[in-house]
Amino acid sequence: MATYNGTSMSGASALVKSLEASGVEVAFGIPGGAVLPLYDPLFDSKLRHILVRHEQGAGHAATGYAQVTGRAGVCIATSGPGATNLVTPLADAAMDSVPLVAITGQVPSAAIGTDAFQEADIRGITMPFTKHNFLVTNPNDIPRAIAEAFYIATSGRPGPVLVDVSKDALQAQTTFDFPSSISLAGYNPQIAPTNQAIEDAAALIARSSKPVFYVGGGVIKANAHRELLELAELLGAPVVTTLMALGSFPGSHPLHLGMPGMHGTVAAVTSLQKADLLITLGARFDDRVTGKLSTFAQNAKIIHADIDPAEISKNRFADVPIIGDLKVTIKALIPALTKALAKNRPDLTPWLRQMNSLRDKYPLGFDNPPDGAVSPQSVIQRIGKISDPDTIYVAGVGQHQMWASQFVSYEKPRTWLNSGGLGTMGYAVPAAMGAKVAAPDTTVWAIDGDGCFQMTNQELTTCALNNIPIKVAIINNESLGMVRQWQTLFYESRYSNTNLESKRVPNFPMLAEAMGCVGLSCDRPEDVDKTIEKAMSINDQPVVVDFRVHRDAMVWPMVAAGASNDDIQIARQTAPDWDSQEL
Amino acid sequence: MSKHTLAVLVENSPGVLARVAGLFSRRAYNIESLAVGPTENSAISRITLVIDVQKHALEQVIRQLDKLINVIHIAELTSEDSIQSELLLVKISATDKNRFDVDAVVETYEAKIVDQDGTSVTVEATGEPSKLEDLLKALEKFGVIELVQSGLVALERGSTALSDRTLSPQSIPTADDGGQADYQN
Repeated sequence: MATYNGTSMSGASALVKSLEASGVEVAFGIPGGAVLPLYDPLFDSKLRHILVRHEQGAGHAATGYAQVTGRAGVCIATSGPGATNLVTPLADAAMDSVPLVAITGQVPSAAIGTDAFQEADIRGITMPFTKHNFLVTNPNDIPRAIAEAFYIATSGRPGPVLVDVSKDALQAQTTFDFPSSISLAGYNPQIAPTNQAIEDAAALIARSSKPVFYVGGGVIKANAHRELLELAELLGAPVVTTLMALGSFPGSHPLHLGMPGMHGTVAAVTSLQKADLLITLGARFDDRVTGKLSTFAQNAKIIHADIDPAEISKNRFADVPIIGDLKVTIKALIPALTKALAKNRPDLTPWLRQMNSLRDKYPLGFDNPPDGAVSPQSVIQRIGKISDPDTIYVAGVGQHQMWASQFVSYEKPRTWLNSGGLGTMGYAVPAAMGAKVAAPDTTVWAIDGDGCFQMTNQELTTCALNNIPIKVAIINNESLGMVRQWQTLFYESRYSNTNLESKRVPNFPMLAEAMGCVGLSCDRPEDVDKTIEKAMSINDQPVVVDFRVHRDAMVWPMVAAGASNDDIQIARQTAPDWDSQEL
Repeated sequence: MSKHTLAVLVENSPGVLARVAGLFSRRAYNIESLAVGPTENSAISRITLVIDVQKHALEQVIRQLDKLINVIHIAELTSEDSIQSELLLVKISATDKNRFDVDAVVETYEAKIVDQDGTSVTVEATGEPSKLEDLLKALEKFGVIELVQSGLVALERGSTALSDRTLSPQSIPTADDGGQADYQN
């Protein structure tokens, strides 16, 4: 692209050329007044632009694309409401460290600050949840801003970057000058950890008899799953993977104890509580994992490896902090630990025996509904069994999300996408669309709730028109299910405003058909497999299946919000039988 | 809790102060005082912050500030290793009757009178916050009509500048030679 350097063109053309120079192949967006000049040269670009139906869909689609590829997802919106509709996906991407570049049109620079038509201070609005953002009013600044945006979004701890460009800057002429390198005085992420940190960590691990690998989404971001497997097998310690880390370690591996946290397995939660050392890799001691922080892993020393120094000792003091890229970190840790273990190899057998016995005694499970209705967990479990192993699963937020995290075994990274930090209902359909664009030959299942689905399903039209044949399983319990579960448990079963009546209205299969998809329905347990198989057989159109499931199913185990992990319950009012455990 | 003075070098670009102020607000850190101004380098502004936090929180503040792309360098300055000063302008009631007493206080604190009419004088003073506090106490008895105080500014002792050791960023090649880094390995 540098071949265009020195060429005279409009700011808009310079922006398109800069996107191409940054390696962008796909962008999701909607044109509008202020961004119109950009859409003119975009019309001629080899860059694929997918015209979505709502800017929120563009943002989540870019996120899904980024989560599957590891590259920055790109979304485009116009000024004002177009830009503010990106706010939720930007906040979502910030919480889950997703590399995103959002381009927004802005009113002409002379009109900025005058409350002009469709003016919104999107730079100001998005400051709290973008990694960085730009307002560009000079066409000469466009290539550098775009180059910096991609660099910032994808390097260090990834995150969303917004570039707001005024309409006059898009229209004015400039001489294209894409920078060959970037130097930012205030941004220089540390990639290599210090030798001292690695040595200290190895020494501490070799002195521990109850270590656990507490693995977060950072391992996937850093593409360090192979290194993690090697490290875990080298030590032979149990591994827990957070909601954001599912797939970073094979779900079926004998060392895997499952997911920790509010709806984690008894074994995973207990392993953290009883450990003498947490080897924390790219995780951030989120409240949904720690429960009541003061009672979390009270006997454990903490090794905390992360590329973001601000995560170190933010929620939990780190005895050994390691700042750096996780791939580099784990690669360095393997020989250091090999050496340390050669001197002193603690016997982890009793610890592993305890944890394995917990895992065997308290596996994830569910009861079939008493009324013979379809069990939501079984639908998700069967989808996981019937679909091929490369399948990408994308969940919304709520009960179905937790069941999808529990009842599908994730063997590979980037096969499980969800909104972990922000908990964005409506994430699944557009994110699945982005995932399918990124991996067109892979089956993409959106596991969605009937509540979530009604927030963003218009993107099925986009999927139908653009040959993006995703599959959507609506786990239809005609409720805001997780909210209803909390009402059952904590609000005396007073179901205030959680009844969506979605078994009456809308008719999901008809809605799907109206948007150019195949609509299927299933309300009998014996039809679950063949309905999934039918959905699997359709690959030239998006498919939506309305699985009409039992309403009162709940997600277990559960650590109530603000409670200690020690108070995990495996069913209502039922704690694990600790007395029979030798812990 | 204890007070800490941070010198923050930032890019001189629009919106930087909003980023810093917004960070403090959304993470519930308390700013005691804040002063912003130009530096010897026209591309760089300097923000001096005084915050009242515990040691652990101070590290968080510094690390969170450091994540802002426009923030170039952060240094904690102590009263031992730096010169720290505030500016105070205070308007007090002063007539011929008590003017002699006012002048005596002003002189004791090495302040000066920068404006006066028949009924009031305006006193200007600079110095460490404790000195200005004492001065204000001494002036209170005359009757304070209005006062304004700047944020604290601080400069390291000795011959070096903060910017000397921070302004040599490394250069990163852009994606031009083959697209974004390939993570599909």
